Amino acid sequence: MDRIPILKLGDFLLVTVHVDMHDRLAMALQEDLTEKIVATHARGVLIDISALDIVDSFIGRMLGNIASMSGILDAKTVVVGMRPAVAITLVELGLSLPGVRTALNVEKGMDLLRASLPFDEPVEQLESGEEVG
Amino acid sequence: MADRPDPIQIRNSEDVVVVRQRVRAAAVQAGLRLVDQTRIVTAASELARNTLIYGGGGTVSLEVLSDQGKKSVRLIFEDRGPGIADLELAMKDGYTTGAGLGLGLGGAKRLSSEFEIESKPGQGTRVVITRRG
Repeated sequence: MDRIPILKLGDFLLVTVHVDMHDRLAMALQEDLTEKIVATHARGVLIDISALDIVDSFIGRMLGNIASMSGILDAKTVVVGMRPAVAITLVELGLSLPGVRTALNVEKGMDLLRASLPFDEPVEQLESGEEVG
Repeated sequence: MADRPDPIQIRNSEDVVVVRQRVRAAAVQAGLRLVDQTRIVTAASELARNTLIYGGGGTVSLEVLSDQGKKSVRLIFEDRGPGIADLELAMKDGYTTGAGLGLGLGGAKRLSSEFEIESKPGQGTRVVITRRG
């Protein structure tokens, strides 16, 4: 079965949805992404949907699921590139993607993800905290 | 006056993608503007998925109608599945007997210019939607 490719870019994972996804492909992406987040210790996921000419309730639910799952795995998700007609239709459909952060394009999305990272990873503090505890 | 090709079979999630593509082509042929194309393709995606999941598969017929020079797209979804016992309840946002979001029928209605649904328990369901420009 086809898979949507997931690219690693520093601390982040980049997904460009380039085809009209059938439902099983969308489910596979959801699973692949969660595995990749854990395997690569990614801190953020950027999903570019600028090639999608519709987002229906299934794809909308998938985007929400990815945002929730990555959040639990300590990675932020930003969805970028939604076309205006898609945004109008999605809201009329009854889906406003609660919990999904969005940005207009890849560049702005990357800015959002970078801004969500702390300047210094508090690794040492965490380790000393563990010793105390 | 109607241009009515053969019905499209809906048997798996790849067929739902085919339905989206064919409906898009019909909407372009009818001269619908982009946001109306997006509305009818999204509604078609929801209804095709319902036909597949709840109807156990079925068909959709596409027609491009022309009324005094104004064109529209009409879609007829038919299945011989278990039918819907309570149509009023099935139309409610958030109601589902499956694992979805329960936005399919209500959402498809909001995205269409006309929406008709007939269902007989044990015999199947027929949904007719029209999108005018």
